[in-house]
Amino acid sequence: MPPARVKRVRGGRFALRITGAERDVLRSLPAQLRQLLTGQETAADPDLRRLFPPAYPDDPQKAAEYDGMVRDDLMAERLAAIEVMERTIDADRLSEDELLAWLSAINNLRLVLGTRLDVREDLSELDIRPDDPRAESLALYAYLSILEEDAVAALS
Amino acid sequence: MASTAPVETAPVETQPVEIDEPTDEKVVEPEVPWVVIVWNDPINLMSYVVFVFQKLFGYSRDKATKLMLDVHHKGKAAVSHGTREKCEFDVSRLHAHGLWATMQKDR
Repeated sequence: MPPARVKRVRGGRFALRITGAERDVLRSLPAQLRQLLTGQETAADPDLRRLFPPAYPDDPQKAAEYDGMVRDDLMAERLAAIEVMERTIDADRLSEDELLAWLSAINNLRLVLGTRLDVREDLSELDIRPDDPRAESLALYAYLSILEEDAVAALS
Repeated sequence: MASTAPVETAPVETQPVEIDEPTDEKVVEPEVPWVVIVWNDPINLMSYVVFVFQKLFGYSRDKATKLMLDVHHKGKAAVSHGTREKCEFDVSRLHAHGLWATMQKDR
């Protein structure tokens, strides 16, 4: 098994062992996610439906009330996490709160990408062929999944 | 509730105790319990779902793992119960963490 990319170290902090090439891949992602979330078509964007699911699937009125009550808070929380990941993108060490923010941003990115790619199978069964037009996105999705797995293991 | 603070002894009073009689006619409806359901999805990692259940509800690793496996194998699991307000709060925390949660009356 390859060494974990996130490791708990002394003082309740977490070491990030990611290469410069990986950081360059990650670097542009927070801004892309922010743009998706704050764009004009956010409410109608099917790729974002997993971020704001209906609380009451059989009651549109209650679902709309719930959405009106929580949407701004959920959005603010996600944007705050994006900002932390952006600010600490080159850090070697993260606090627990900072790592939780990375986890939030990474999972939100996976939810958007996974929805867009219509991911249905387990990651271990993902068969990425180079001639697949989705190959690059699938590889990014797979990488973010590994990073998230390592972050969760370090936090657990 | 357990407390480590010393208990103060109240002075002995001899006045009659006044009892507030209920004055309004309003009948309080019995609280209908609600239940929060988490649904299976192909995106969230199993380890992440266990982590979220532990973090949000303070469940043990065993209980969180069992709930996650129920979601994974049966398609859904009831993860918390309570008043409508409590369940809306729990659903919003699950949504903040990207889980697919809904709520319904516990029948």
